[in-house]
Amino acid sequence: MIAPTLRVLALTTLLRTRILPVDGRVLARPGQKVSPADVIAEAVVGQKHIILDIASELGIPAAKADALLKVKRGQKISKGEALGESGGIFGREALSPLEGWVVATGGGKVVLETGGAPLSIRAGLGGVVTQVVENRGVTIRASGALVQGAWGNGKIDSGILASLIESPDDTLEPARLDVSQRGSMILGGHVSELKVLQNAAELLVRGLILSSLSPNLVSAAYQAPYPILLLEGFGKRPMGAQAYKLLTTNLKREVSLNAEVSNRMKGTRPEVFITLPVTQEPPEPRDVETFAPGQTVRICWLARPAQIGMLTQLQLESPPFPGDFSASSVRISGTSAQVRLESGEMVLAPLSNLETLG
Amino acid sequence: MPASLVEGNSLLAVDIGSITTRAALFDVVESQYRFIGLESAPTTAVAPLGNVAYGVQHAIEALQNTLGRPLTNADGHLIVPSLPDGSGVDQFSATFSVGNPIKTIIVGLLPDVSLKSVETLAHSTYTRIVDAIHMNDTRRPEEQLDAVLKYSPELVLMAGGTNGGATHSIQKTLELIGLAAYLIPQAERPALLFAGNEALQASVRSSMKNLTSGVAVAPNVRPLPEVEDLSPAQYTLAQVITNLREREMPELQEIRALAGGFLLPGAYAQGRMVRFLAQYFNTGRGVLGVDLGASALTMTASFGADLHLNVLPQFGIGEPLAALLHHTNLDELARWFPLDQPVERLHEYLLQKSLYPAALPATADELAMEHTLARHLLQLAARTMLGRLPPQYRPKSSLLPYFEPILASGATLTNAPTLGQRLMILLDGLQPAGITTLALDQNNLLAMLGGAAEQNSLLPVQVIDSGALAYLATVISPVSNQAYGVPILRAKLIRADGTESETEVKMGGLHVLPLESGKTARLQLRPLQRADVGLGAGKAGEVDVIGSAMGIVIDARGRPIRLPPEPDKRRELLQRWRSRMEG
Repeated sequence: MIAPTLRVLALTTLLRTRILPVDGRVLARPGQKVSPADVIAEAVVGQKHIILDIASELGIPAAKADALLKVKRGQKISKGEALGESGGIFGREALSPLEGWVVATGGGKVVLETGGAPLSIRAGLGGVVTQVVENRGVTIRASGALVQGAWGNGKIDSGILASLIESPDDTLEPARLDVSQRGSMILGGHVSELKVLQNAAELLVRGLILSSLSPNLVSAAYQAPYPILLLEGFGKRPMGAQAYKLLTTNLKREVSLNAEVSNRMKGTRPEVFITLPVTQEPPEPRDVETFAPGQTVRICWLARPAQIGMLTQLQLESPPFPGDFSASSVRISGTSAQVRLESGEMVLAPLSNLETLG
Repeated sequence: MPASLVEGNSLLAVDIGSITTRAALFDVVESQYRFIGLESAPTTAVAPLGNVAYGVQHAIEALQNTLGRPLTNADGHLIVPSLPDGSGVDQFSATFSVGNPIKTIIVGLLPDVSLKSVETLAHSTYTRIVDAIHMNDTRRPEEQLDAVLKYSPELVLMAGGTNGGATHSIQKTLELIGLAAYLIPQAERPALLFAGNEALQASVRSSMKNLTSGVAVAPNVRPLPEVEDLSPAQYTLAQVITNLREREMPELQEIRALAGGFLLPGAYAQGRMVRFLAQYFNTGRGVLGVDLGASALTMTASFGADLHLNVLPQFGIGEPLAALLHHTNLDELARWFPLDQPVERLHEYLLQKSLYPAALPATADELAMEHTLARHLLQLAARTMLGRLPPQYRPKSSLLPYFEPILASGATLTNAPTLGQRLMILLDGLQPAGITTLALDQNNLLAMLGGAAEQNSLLPVQVIDSGALAYLATVISPVSNQAYGVPILRAKLIRADGTESETEVKMGGLHVLPLESGKTARLQLRPLQRADVGLGAGKAGEVDVIGSAMGIVIDARGRPIRLPPEPDKRRELLQRWRSRMEG
């Protein structure tokens, strides 16, 4: 069975594509070295359109107006510029009320595109551009440490990593955030108070890497002006030991936090990437994993913290659940696996609750 | 011998869901089609494989391993038709529900007429309506244009005008849609389905074919102002949805080719089966199909041939849970939570489940939360469906119309550990009134049978006849406004062997009249205090009933069920019902 994989890798090579949501201009070129903050593509979004009835303004039938247009599709127009003109002694002019681009003509009408706001896309991680996606963006190849998470608020930034927790199950209290963390990327634990998110915004932090968040803070997390990544999810859940160790050994390094919203179809997850100097490029992670004995797996329980262990045996004969929960009355069938937890305890877990780690 | 038996005996059906892909084999046993077996595998639409064909192959391989019957050749290809040595199958059919809802803009003339119809049409399949454009729209054309460009829809569903009626308004709207499509990059242009004034079909095709990713036309959904006819357009829409999915998942084209060109959205196929069953059972009441899926909850009501199909992606019990609180609130959800735990635990559970939609509840607490969610999702979906039903099917009381039977599917229901849990989720969630039979589509066969019907119309009939649906229980749900504890019904069960059992039912009670599975009996019902058991207020009557593992259930908890406002009392009551029925 194909196994979903959570990447927590001390050293790997990865490819990440960064693209605009609409066509625009790509500023980077293949082979170019980029830093996380470099703008690699830009576009204009949110333009408005106006439909100008030139035929009506010229006082002629629509069928005749097209021949009298003085502009073409793609042409830039200034305010007051003539768009069409009827001939004769008493000829009239149709003038553009705004500056913009002609995006369509026909039927005696001109459609102008005006306004809009600039949108730029940053590289998001340090690496080398390997490919340009025409008019949209680039693919970047980079080597370093990678930690993926469960949930992101859709934002991206980079900064120097500072830790405000002392153990994986720590809770980040508002008072721990002070001016010394201004502009940092903060490694926190569980957050249950809105004040933490507010203080972080006031300190202009570059992002929060958290183990978990109280569910009542979801809206506030989406509105935060900085990226937030939850490594474990919602409710009080301690940070996975591997992720904690990897992140705390990289303090004071510049880290890239791409807290993109998970997309199962595309296989993207929010992630932290730390570009590291390498003499020889490490291998890329395997694309497809299948469950097999000997793998390190993470058991994603829905109402209690995830557990890490080693898969010791696959059980394909749909045993009833619970495996380790003999006191409960739950009996759910499904293919499953025996997992030896780090404590040495053996548990039976449905395969659908497992992901490989690595 | 029926023609379809000559054409092919065995049929392999696959259904590609958002989480699970199922493969089921049907074959002829003693001159009748029978369900032979089913296996499943995780759907592989998502990364890293990103190709649903792998999941289909895994499910078929699992099935051939289970049955010990080769279905594929050495290269892993399905053998169609079957070979003299018995390997392979004669026919193949496929349905799908995988994929994100299709981003759709609906367009009509009058909001209460053609736009309403096209909205109902959109709700019958896997769409998400992002905007609506109509004649009474107060936005300027430029604003409508900007809205279309902002949403960049995958599909535009358009209706308007009666057949032979005026065309000017709809043409004007069509120009706007055409202009918007023209301004969208070619690779991202929407498909268009036009189901309006049939006089415009040819011009819609010619004017829009180069501006869209595909134009389809269907018979007018409103041929006359007072007549709505969605069925032909639903079939065309099913094909459009399939085409759009194929753009996203090109491997579906091969699956469609293997299925002889027939690949249908699961909801459409399920709707077809529910309509068929409504006509087949011919009880004089509607048939309700409920499918509680991960990506959507589908409620399908058919009154004779009049089908009302509601695909509700907002109430799926997987990823859509992340946005569930846009449609309800935690207090409402927690009313059905039997555990003495903070409501935040439920909130955590639904958010975590949205992150790991394939994960199973594996402890008693997790199961209680999952079942609480299922109940509330069913309540929300039933309410939504009720609001969309035409007035003639909507009881004044805002209860569900009388359905016979109610067919339920979805892994949360069919995987619930006990029959009692399955029954109670349905009773609490749907709160049916009157006399109803509840049945489970244990193997989620209905959509597959609806897909198979495209090639073999005899197969679904015979498979249903052979008992493919698991009978859960006959339920009598009297409606009364009496206080709890007041007697509202006397029920006497007269078994075929002459034994009788009689019970007085009090308001608020939940009773089981024991009747062994498969045994028949006559049930006499004498309502008290003008209670209504589905025969009219205070009217007595008799019905033939069949026993089940749950016996005959009388649910006198009232409709709607009123729970005590005090959390302790509420939990105590929920636990009491639970221990009474769930085992």
